[in-house]
Amino acid sequence: MGCIEELTYDILAKGLSFPESRQFIEKHYDETYQIKPGTKLFGDPLIGIPPIVIGIEGDMIIFPFVKPCHGTFLLRIQGLEEAERIRQTGNRVTDKKK
Amino acid sequence: MEDSSKKALLVLGCPEVPIQMALALYAGHNLIQSGYAVLTAGNPSVMKLIKTSDPDSHYLKKLTTLEQSIEGITDRNDTYDICICFAHNDAGISYAATIRYLLPDTRFITLVFGREADTLSTRIEYPGEVITEIAVHNPIPIRRRLQEVMGWDALKS
Repeated sequence: MGCIEELTYDILAKGLSFPESRQFIEKHYDETYQIKPGTKLFGDPLIGIPPIVIGIEGDMIIFPFVKPCHGTFLLRIQGLEEAERIRQTGNRVTDKKK
Repeated sequence: MEDSSKKALLVLGCPEVPIQMALALYAGHNLIQSGYAVLTAGNPSVMKLIKTSDPDSHYLKKLTTLEQSIEGITDRNDTYDICICFAHNDAGISYAATIRYLLPDTRFITLVFGREADTLSTRIEYPGEVITEIAVHNPIPIRRRLQEVMGWDALKS
């Protein structure tokens, strides 16, 4: 079990394909970043078809979480430190309201 | 017969499609015969199936989790000469794409199977060899294609 599953999280959506999870984040969040596959988030490597897009809203991080038998979940986890790290290291793709 | 200078990574997906386990054991056997040290990655259910199917580790000797196999590449610079990924659902393609991204110089083969194999294989956008077969219970057609791609049919003759 990875670190993420031991944290408190909200499931925003499940049963998505990976491209659908990317579209969801791009559509619903103003602050989004492209992250390379394998990059650690909350201690676990991010899985997905590049570019992996994650959203940040304040200190909440919204990201795809792939389980081999259950597909892609969209999770939201509070983490100011991780949010700041992504803001500094991630590739920001948009900062405009849709 | 194992030559530690040649390394192979097998990445297994969700084990709900029966042919995956048979193909994994088959691939492990042939890779060992071809001189590879083989590391097999999968989720906990995959590990239990392997340990039950191959209790003396004849075919798949070294096992790890999916996360640890990825961390081996990102944190310890593990490299492989060949990687075979098994995918029968969207998550399998996501894992394969991740590992392909992390191993750009590795010979990379994606086995796409299951009832939705044709649709699924259209989502593969990364470079590498792809073997697609609508196969659930019968491993023979996809095994034959893997044999051809890997040259394992020649080993038997």
